[in-house]
Amino acid sequence: MSMMTDVTPTRLDAIRLFRRKRLVTFGFPAVILAYFIYIFFAFDIPGLADRARMDNAKILVADSYSYKTHVTRDNRVGSLTIAVEGENKGTWPEGTSPDWVEIESPDRTRIELKNGEEVLIDGNTMRYDVPGYGLIEAEAGRRGIGLRLPEGEVPDWISASDTRVDITTAAGRVTLTRARIEVMRYHFGWELFWFTLDSPFYGKSPGDLIGLAFSDERLVAGKSNLAAMAHDVWTNRMWQHRDVIWAIFETILMAFLGTMGAGIVALPLAFAAARNFSPFMAVRAVVRRVFDFVRGVDALIWTIILARAFGPGPLTGALAILITDTGTFGKLFYEALENVDKREIEGVQSTGARPLQRYRFGVIPQITPVLLSQLLYYLESNTRSATIIGAITGGGIGLLLTQAMITQKDWEEVSYYIILILVMVMVMDTVSGWLRRRLITSDDGGH
Amino acid sequence: MSDLTAEQAGVGRVQDAYMAMTRRKRTYGAVMLIVFVALMVSGFRVADGRNAGGFWNGIGNIFQFPREVLTEAVAKVANLPGLMWKFLPSLIETVNIAAASTLLGALGAILLSLLATRGLAKWPRLIGLFRRLMDVLRAVPEIVIALVLIFILGGGPVPAMIAIAIHTAGALGKLFSEVNENASLKPVEGLQSVGATWGQRMWLGVIPQVAPNYLSYALLRFEINIRASAILGFVGSGGIGYDLKNAFSWGQGRYDEVAAIFLLLFGTIVFFDQISSHYRNKLIGEG
Repeated sequence: MSMMTDVTPTRLDAIRLFRRKRLVTFGFPAVILAYFIYIFFAFDIPGLADRARMDNAKILVADSYSYKTHVTRDNRVGSLTIAVEGENKGTWPEGTSPDWVEIESPDRTRIELKNGEEVLIDGNTMRYDVPGYGLIEAEAGRRGIGLRLPEGEVPDWISASDTRVDITTAAGRVTLTRARIEVMRYHFGWELFWFTLDSPFYGKSPGDLIGLAFSDERLVAGKSNLAAMAHDVWTNRMWQHRDVIWAIFETILMAFLGTMGAGIVALPLAFAAARNFSPFMAVRAVVRRVFDFVRGVDALIWTIILARAFGPGPLTGALAILITDTGTFGKLFYEALENVDKREIEGVQSTGARPLQRYRFGVIPQITPVLLSQLLYYLESNTRSATIIGAITGGGIGLLLTQAMITQKDWEEVSYYIILILVMVMVMDTVSGWLRRRLITSDDGGH
Repeated sequence: MSDLTAEQAGVGRVQDAYMAMTRRKRTYGAVMLIVFVALMVSGFRVADGRNAGGFWNGIGNIFQFPREVLTEAVAKVANLPGLMWKFLPSLIETVNIAAASTLLGALGAILLSLLATRGLAKWPRLIGLFRRLMDVLRAVPEIVIALVLIFILGGGPVPAMIAIAIHTAGALGKLFSEVNENASLKPVEGLQSVGATWGQRMWLGVIPQVAPNYLSYALLRFEINIRASAILGFVGSGGIGYDLKNAFSWGQGRYDEVAAIFLLLFGTIVFFDQISSHYRNKLIGEG
């Protein structure tokens, strides 16, 4: 009988425990689900479909792996220009043309598109031969545009009005207005990535280039071919390799200066904040509040404040990282300092070491692994922060990225920068991980 | 006697070897220190040279902007509560972006980390693939994805949420898989013996073991994500960062708004830091 009475409360406890556990296992997912439903409406996700511009996505994707060359005839002057992406710096020099453009006479140009399609610009007339459809003829006249199409219904890839004809096919695109006839052909790849059109090395195959690099025949007077090639790539106006490399360097520089600077500033302050090294409570409290304040203000606000004082550039970004991370490191370091083993310090003291030597041989070796590992970890993470901070203050690869995005047409450059940023962060990650393993495992006391 | 001298010679050799090693280590240390100092100094000079305003010109002006903001805020101190109320919805949006992206990212991270842990993975051959995937997700800075998505989806909180969630999935995935490696496999094997599916084994066998550590890491990430969400707002997506940018680029005359936003942001960050560190201590204590 007495057994029964003993079991009952235990059983009740068990039931209560089960009930609580059941509540947690079902309640927790339910709360998360409810929150997502709230977010779904708070962020207006149903309306997203209307706002989303899938055509933008298409441009972005298409531009990232292909480019177009514009062949433009100015109907008023009668001149013809061929330019990559229609950009000034990608213009073919007068009298030269890619092999798919045949200039028969000053007024007659034959342009070969893909899939056997062909466009003939003859004076102010454009004849576009589409296999399987027929010949499209359009003339930019004084009073408007005359368009002659094959018999039958007008397909939806041709849009025409009195002032403008627009034909878009898989092979290319043709637009015709009274002022100009423009034919665009798409090509795979990134245009003029190594050499621009004004370079003597443009259009050479890799094999030819290697051959040229070792040959004595000089394409540019007074310079070896290799130096001339390097110079042409370095000063490529289309892709601006020099500026891009500098920007990557600036970003890494911001991260390096900021992280290491923060470590240097934070270490002595951490001693002042650690209970076992700083005897005055008031000093400890003040230093700790400073750390909290600096961390709480956040990199964004520091960046804004510093940008006002120092102007845009890598130094501002470095200082913003330095100030924010001083708070983070300060906290991490004083916690590490409070955990040091007293016996090691006493051991060093017993040999008659002076205070400074006690710190050097008793404390520093103990905290070096923590310190280095945190510094290197933050170096990697700050490389990413430096990209964002660069976009705000104006420096480094972050700035280039935002600028390329704002123009909304150089998407191939945007993809290039994105790839570079990813490579940069992953390299920093690998290097910092490697250094961390090397320094920390090989460090057996720091003597 | 000869024994003693031999011993002394031996000790001397050991001592010499030790001193030589110490000297070599010191030399390495000194060289590294010199290289480090040289890197810092030259790095600072390069950064200073490439900055629009130099360091020594700017250092005097460092308090100028805070002073301007402060004087205006003090002059219009009566406005501050009203302004803070006005920006509260943006602040809630910023916190919501952080919370939603932390949740989404954590869910993705749980899945990725389970698939990338030896002993737990559903497809053991693909462990390497999922690890690399997490590395890539972790490497993408939020701003890159956010800017691309703003172009496609337009402004608002969604691009920032997705961008932060992607980075979070990678960052938390790595930490979670370290936690998973320490999980006991016994419950998993027990469940397997009664014919549980992979999902059931993970949900009932692994998750209860690792949940406290997951939560603690997720809370830490939430703290970080609040900051990230504020910054992304400044660069172009919704939330309080966007308001800050508008008020800031307006310049003098709206510095009271800047001050109000600074205060809100500072308060929020400190508040969530405190909460998260409190709960993290509790969770780790339990674990």
